[in-house]
Amino acid sequence: MDTRAITDLKKLLGPDAVLHRPEELLLYEYDGSVENARPNCVVFPRNTKDVVGIVQIANRYQTPIIGRGAGTGLSGGALARQGGVLIAFSRMNRILEIDAENQRAIVQPGVVNADVSVAVAHLGLHFAPDPSSQKASTIGGNVSENSGGPHTLAYGVTTNHVLSLEVVLPTGELVRLGSPALDSPGYDLPGLFVGSEGTLALVTEVTIKLTRLPEAVKTLLAIFDTVDDATETVVDITARGITPAACEMLDGWTIRAVEAHVHAGFPIDCAAVLLLEVDGLREAVEQHAEDVAEVCRLHHAREVRVARDEHERALLWKGRKNAFGAVGRLSPTYYVQDGVIPRTKLPQTLRRINEIGKKYDFEIGNIFHAGDGNLHPIILFDAREEKQFQRAVAAAEEIICFCIEMGGSITGEHGVGMEKDRFMPLLFTEDDLNLMRRVRDAYNPTGLLNPGKIFPSTKGCGEIRVRPTPVGASRA
Amino acid sequence: MSTASAIHGSRLADIVGPSNVITDPAQLAAYTIDKKVPSAAARPQSTEEIFDLVKFAVKEKLAIVATGARTKLGMGLPPRQYDIALDVTRLDRLVSYDPGDLTLSVEAGMPLHNLGAILAEHHQFLPLAVPYYNHTTIGGAVASGVDGPLRQFYGTARDYLLGMEFVTGEGVAAKSGGRVVKNVTGYDIHKLMIGALGTLGVITRLNFKTFPMLTSIRAFMATFQTVERACGMRNRVSQSHLTPVTMEIFSPGVADLFSSEAASRVAPTSLPKDLLSKTRWTFTSGFSGNPNTLTRYETELRKMAEECGAVDATVLEGPELTSAFALKREFIPIALESSPAATILKISVLPRQMSEALANASREADNNRLRWTAMARGLGVIYFAILPTESNDATKRQVLQAADNILAACAALGGHATIPWCPTQWKNELKVWGLPRADFAQMLKLKKVFDPAGIFSPGRFVGGI
Repeated sequence: MDTRAITDLKKLLGPDAVLHRPEELLLYEYDGSVENARPNCVVFPRNTKDVVGIVQIANRYQTPIIGRGAGTGLSGGALARQGGVLIAFSRMNRILEIDAENQRAIVQPGVVNADVSVAVAHLGLHFAPDPSSQKASTIGGNVSENSGGPHTLAYGVTTNHVLSLEVVLPTGELVRLGSPALDSPGYDLPGLFVGSEGTLALVTEVTIKLTRLPEAVKTLLAIFDTVDDATETVVDITARGITPAACEMLDGWTIRAVEAHVHAGFPIDCAAVLLLEVDGLREAVEQHAEDVAEVCRLHHAREVRVARDEHERALLWKGRKNAFGAVGRLSPTYYVQDGVIPRTKLPQTLRRINEIGKKYDFEIGNIFHAGDGNLHPIILFDAREEKQFQRAVAAAEEIICFCIEMGGSITGEHGVGMEKDRFMPLLFTEDDLNLMRRVRDAYNPTGLLNPGKIFPSTKGCGEIRVRPTPVGASRA
Repeated sequence: MSTASAIHGSRLADIVGPSNVITDPAQLAAYTIDKKVPSAAARPQSTEEIFDLVKFAVKEKLAIVATGARTKLGMGLPPRQYDIALDVTRLDRLVSYDPGDLTLSVEAGMPLHNLGAILAEHHQFLPLAVPYYNHTTIGGAVASGVDGPLRQFYGTARDYLLGMEFVTGEGVAAKSGGRVVKNVTGYDIHKLMIGALGTLGVITRLNFKTFPMLTSIRAFMATFQTVERACGMRNRVSQSHLTPVTMEIFSPGVADLFSSEAASRVAPTSLPKDLLSKTRWTFTSGFSGNPNTLTRYETELRKMAEECGAVDATVLEGPELTSAFALKREFIPIALESSPAATILKISVLPRQMSEALANASREADNNRLRWTAMARGLGVIYFAILPTESNDATKRQVLQAADNILAACAALGGHATIPWCPTQWKNELKVWGLPRADFAQMLKLKKVFDPAGIFSPGRFVGGI
């Protein structure tokens, strides 16, 4: 990168808002995925005007630009794959407006997801999308990835809660898409930009919907002696038209990892648990919880526990949301997949994942959003051993291919990023991908914004390329 | 028939077969849009035939309008050019349905009520309770972007459309999304097709998430002396823990509209004529659940209504509720049927501004001595129907004046308004798509990607796209 770009950036933002020495950049090589890529510099804008200025400088020197929130993403979305200027939004972290009456808020992209819900809790409101990373991940990141979370089963993902965006296009234009009032005339631009993985624009302001907190919540833990019983329970709950607020599954292996670390109270001798939550009016919740428990018992649940108080409930969720951290203690590196399958295919898919684990000689843990068929198989491996890494990638690929065979998708909430781009041709034809590329090019004509993401550089599934060298970082 | 259209007709016949091409002017009249009649209509039955048709149209520079049941062709601006009506009603298959997964894939030409009947066998439904429900195709319901009462709880098509297949303006079959309920693979292009009036592509197949059928539904109705009080009731409910499935406010004029001849033609019901008040504003909200939940709703809504100054309150259920729901769903067709120059504004504001927006609009209509009636959804979307008894020039001037002022007042509130339905002959003067938008340039970019030759519904959409 042209060193004059750094001089210009320092002039624009001040010296304390630009990092460029190699040791300063180390932290920004990573996100939550197994990928790494180093930017040439990291900048910290304080406002939209700064972002416009950064984009102009980047254009002047023809250098890539990449937006980044907390770097918790699991697909390499916030990594500078081709170097360039990484724009860290951590200083644009203000909640600009809370309109409780209209159940809306305007926030800057660097606001942490959970902070929004904390800020409006006293008004009886929350921001419904709740990724497990919500204590760190930012609204800007959530918007870019269209993040989900356990409660999206009933409440929807990020795109269902975004009304309007202020964005800076890669050309430096500042535009507002959509509006705080519903049904903005014309094409649904927020619908396109949310989930575009930072390839169409840099988000500088987000108008979100706030959702009323439920009056009553019941959290149940159903304990099973076989994985099949647990998955059959999910199939049955879905088929009966019961929509819990959340329906999460942890298998025995994951439970043991979690218990060693979090002590959430999961029984370590079982094959699987379902963490189920129902919410709504008091009158409905009692019956809903009973309906759910009955289905669990019908499928041989050894025990169905109901969290007695907020403390027990919080503990169960702590076990779920910190599971990835717990797993990180067991292995130098892990690889999480994010495939989705029709809920009816859950039992056979879990059996297949188990077989794939045996085939490649890995213990594969499963902790996932069972209610919407969004799998998160975790493959533990040691990245320092190249052969292991290659095996892990091959196992993950087999799992993904099976999801597609089942009529599913390669990513439910983590995004394609640079991690799954090579799988895109398994789902989309060249015509589909070309159309999407042209949509990208319409807004990002030079390709300088977040290059090397979503779209495969190789063609066809026969040519799937495994990256030759493993990355060497541990992640917890 | 001109020579050119005869040649076109024969080329179309090569693609879809002679029996699926219409060139007879009498039959073509059914495809009229804003007084323009196409030179031919083609009825393809596969995606392959559609992209052949599109490729042919690109080559010959012919304009295509995709049609379903043709119930909403009057929406938007008149087409600049209209050569071929691409009638998708033969693409009407249910491609797949996995009741256990609550997902389905359906072709665009499937009538919405047919799909509803299939889902009902499995005690499921699609919350797309939109106008013309008994006639519209699923593709038309999505492409027109119309909404329905159930959006209060279920959202709009945007919230449960999982994926889509379509043919672009270059004759390329493409898709986005998928069939599973959660998916972030690739751009959500299917969301762009919702409400785009067919200007980006011809929708061929749609994948949806379905929902368990509601059981034990009831609706609460209360009447209020003023719009402020009725809206106050809406605010009260939205601040509570209640999560009703529908929530609407009706102006006093709706009573006459729903008991009119027009209403009995569009949605015949046996509802008591005095169900709605002719002098007061009516708040109505549907809810569902187990017996305890129903009691809770009823008790709480009655208490709120009393505190908000309701004059009276009642609860509907059974056949009466079904009839009332159908009338509410068909508000737009009934309004259009009830006046020779019906002009319906769609006004969007923040929910708390509804009272002011309704007051503004009704004042403007009254000032211009225009008959009007309004239905407002609890989420901040108002359908304000101006229903003149004449369609002459004097009336036009009054409507123009009122509409312009309403649009401006709405913009001043930070909202936006459009005029999706109005007489053809007024469309060049009324601001059909509302005031100019700052994000219009970004929309043009998309149009160029999807339809570079500009052959899809040219001129009908926002900004004359």
